Amino acid sequence: MHEITLCQYALETMERFARQNNARRITAVWIEVGAFSCVEAEALRFCFDVACRETLAQGCVLHLETPAAESWCHDCQQEITLLSPGVLLCPQCGGRNLRVVADDGMKIKRIEIE
Amino acid sequence: MCSTCGCASGELRIEGVEGAHSHDHQHDHHHGLPFAPRRLVDIEMDILAKNNHIAAHNRAHFAAASVLALNLVSSPGSGKTTLLTQTLIRLASQVSCAVVEGDQQTTNDADRIRATGVPAIQVNTGKGCHLDAQMVHDALHQLKPQDRSLLFIENVGNLVCPASFDLGERHKVAVLSVTEGEDKPLKYPHMFAASSLMILNKIDLLPYLSFDVEACVRNARQVNPDIEVIQLSATTGAGMDRWLAWLEQQRCA
Repeated sequence: MHEITLCQYALETMERFARQNNARRITAVWIEVGAFSCVEAEALRFCFDVACRETLAQGCVLHLETPAAESWCHDCQQEITLLSPGVLLCPQCGGRNLRVVADDGMKIKRIEIE
Repeated sequence: MCSTCGCASGELRIEGVEGAHSHDHQHDHHHGLPFAPRRLVDIEMDILAKNNHIAAHNRAHFAAASVLALNLVSSPGSGKTTLLTQTLIRLASQVSCAVVEGDQQTTNDADRIRATGVPAIQVNTGKGCHLDAQMVHDALHQLKPQDRSLLFIENVGNLVCPASFDLGERHKVAVLSVTEGEDKPLKYPHMFAASSLMILNKIDLLPYLSFDVEACVRNARQVNPDIEVIQLSATTGAGMDRWLAWLEQQRCA
């Protein structure tokens, strides 16, 4: 629901780096959305195009990377992937003795400029 | 504008702050040579870094002044403001308190707080669906809470977005009323995972509802095994002593 704010934050950073590198425009951006972030990829795509209008990033291609909800189960002693980020249960043993590895943030990895 | 809730900045109002703005409007276009080659620039930066930076600044401020800051989050109508007014009536004579109120529109909640004699600043987020660290920072400069005081930040009624925005608080406190549904912690896991304490409010209404308290606590612990739970009714005062004891414990921590 707050994706427009996140897009504006992202755009501020993207434009800052683009200017520092004397870019004429930003043609693509790679953003990683953590499995535990409450960011909806579809809403983000929608907002992103709107937020980019009349900026250096107008028409910029958004590459979204969404890694799985990785965790470590202390009981199984192995890496597991949660079925849903909201439910901290090991899909193998049903235990809750987990350490969450997945990220709850949203990160700009890199931009492509020209 | 956001497709889900229409959230956007631009209509932010903080009482006492002229032209409050959470973002700038610069468009410095650089028009270089055509056919410039494309190249990659590594950034590797968290998008919430700016908010987190201001939140860290707020947190340092609170620590230096020994202010206990709590971020109250819930859906609209859970009884946050009634809980606050009842808390302040019991507490304000012993401890210095201050309140930041977040809502999209109106100063109704800040007016209710000020009626108890406690200073409050209303932040109207306009179309925004959450408070961010900058808004709290600007409000604090108006409010100027005393050293060793208790600062309550009542977030916008919303169980989604406020979970992502650190304000610099010591704890998030999730208020859930028993008229809502015991599966709220499962439906909105991020908020309950981010909170240290869940207050189950309006327990005086339990005889009239089919709300399963144990199931609700179980659901909350499923998304956050460490969450503390206090059952109370701000209206009748039942359980308020446990909440006040929790506050005292945090103040001394």
